[in-house]
Amino acid sequence: MASSLSLRAGLLSVLIFAAFVGAWQWATLPGAGPGGGAVDPEYAALVSGAAAQGAKSAFPTPADVAATLWGHLKDPFYVRGANDQGVGIQLAYSLGRVLVGYLLAAAVAIPLGFLIGMSPLTYKALDPFIQILKPISPLAWMPLALYTIKDSGVSAIFVIFICSLWPMLINTAFGVASVRKEWLNVAATLEVGAFRKAFLVILPAAAPTIMTGMRISIGIAWLVIVAAEMLVGGTGIGYFVWNEWNNLSIGNIITAILLIGLVGMALDLALARAARLVAYRE
Amino acid sequence: MTDKPLISIEALARRYPKRGGGETTVFEDLWLPIQKGEFVCLIGHSGCGKTTILNVLAGLDQPSSGSVIVDGREISGPSLDRAVIFQGHSLLPWMTVLGNIALAVSSRRPEWSRETVRAHCQRYVDLVHLSGSEHKKPAELSGGMKQRVGIARALAIEPKMLLMDEPFSALDALTRGSLQEEARRICRETGQTVFMITHDIDEAMLLADRIVLMTNGPQAKIAEIVENPLPRDRLAASMHRHADYYPLRNHLLEFLVTRSKSFASEIEGRPYDPRKPAVVRPRATAEDPLPAAASI
Repeated sequence: MASSLSLRAGLLSVLIFAAFVGAWQWATLPGAGPGGGAVDPEYAALVSGAAAQGAKSAFPTPADVAATLWGHLKDPFYVRGANDQGVGIQLAYSLGRVLVGYLLAAAVAIPLGFLIGMSPLTYKALDPFIQILKPISPLAWMPLALYTIKDSGVSAIFVIFICSLWPMLINTAFGVASVRKEWLNVAATLEVGAFRKAFLVILPAAAPTIMTGMRISIGIAWLVIVAAEMLVGGTGIGYFVWNEWNNLSIGNIITAILLIGLVGMALDLALARAARLVAYRE
Repeated sequence: MTDKPLISIEALARRYPKRGGGETTVFEDLWLPIQKGEFVCLIGHSGCGKTTILNVLAGLDQPSSGSVIVDGREISGPSLDRAVIFQGHSLLPWMTVLGNIALAVSSRRPEWSRETVRAHCQRYVDLVHLSGSEHKKPAELSGGMKQRVGIARALAIEPKMLLMDEPFSALDALTRGSLQEEARRICRETGQTVFMITHDIDEAMLLADRIVLMTNGPQAKIAEIVENPLPRDRLAASMHRHADYYPLRNHLLEFLVTRSKSFASEIEGRPYDPRKPAVVRPRATAEDPLPAAASI
């Protein structure tokens, strides 16, 4: 039953994908799509004459995108000057920034969240600050970061740091603060020392909640890195998208979008796998 | 009875601030000595503060006034000398059976090597008949098995006293019966001093040497202390055949059903010393102290 369900679901997925590609193919047929009517001369100057006239759409067909994707995947790590590097290298830059910012945030948020969660006083005292800082778009920090740090690469990392911080901090504090009273009572009656209590009782008890925070954080960090790199430029998949927009290479943009989605999914899966390691059944 | 008790509850009281000023007294001026090797059960309805008393004994809760003296010293907090078997099993779900017990043992004996701790834990796993389940997580165990782990964990630290908070109430009747019998066997063999809270009459009759009857709260009091007249080698399966069984059971039931509510009027105009509540020993042969109990 289960296997037949996943079989049918898989079949449906393929059908949906085929319908999507078909619609895309149809929309990019010569004469179809939004390019059909009167042509704005400025637009005509931007795209090729043929595309502007509607003879050929500027939007690539699925086959064009597949060819572009294949081209990128065949040679992902080439470097031909500062503005022409393989998409693999761009993704690696982005991933590097995300991981550095994220790990720094984890190194701050988890111990700090632990302390906040242990003390109802600090939990209450810091709550208004966290509640105000949490909803700020991380990109709003960018000018401040650029002014203070004066280095665009480090600023991008700072933005990742600040956006990854809050979910991990809040979840760690919450997880630690809501460790079941009976487990703490067990630790108390067994006279388990403070250090052992923190590592053998509170941390494992709060670990699933902490992991949820870490999973939310990595998702947000990967969302934000694209926008941050569009702003700071230089390298990274966000910069690549922006650069290809300037080149009006829509095939490359679609390829990049697809790759961003795939990497984001891989990051989420990795964290989900890690979360399963610390999960426990009551 | 020897003169110096292992545990002595002295003038214990617990009050809560009432909404809109004033105080609610759950219980006050409670006195109870417990001798070494004794199994004492406290019976009362919910709300009389039984769990609070146990938590105070465990050091998890502070009384509003009064004190608990253990071995001549006033207790100030939780201690490995007083092991608690909780109502819920309270095992740490991310640790195995052995891990849960080892956490307790290595707290008691930080100087022991890993192997020594392990061997010690294994002895108690075997004692509660859980051999073969050492490496299972609590979620893989049945309710009765979890409570066995709780018992093994408490016994493994070799405490001076065992505190049980309705340890068998969450179990089904069959499991409860066999576990109660095992608990009795283990406590008798090890000479363990036990203080247990329950609202189950049969449990108290099987396990306890003395049964402390508590009136309903607020202002709960120790109404009397019942000495168990049944033979020490009683078994759950056969104790109901003993002549003293029904007198004892009726006496306890009568208390829980009516006297726990009306005790205040019962002692009106009569001397009542909270330090020395009446001690009774309901027996078939003796003259029944409670005519009402016989008619049930």
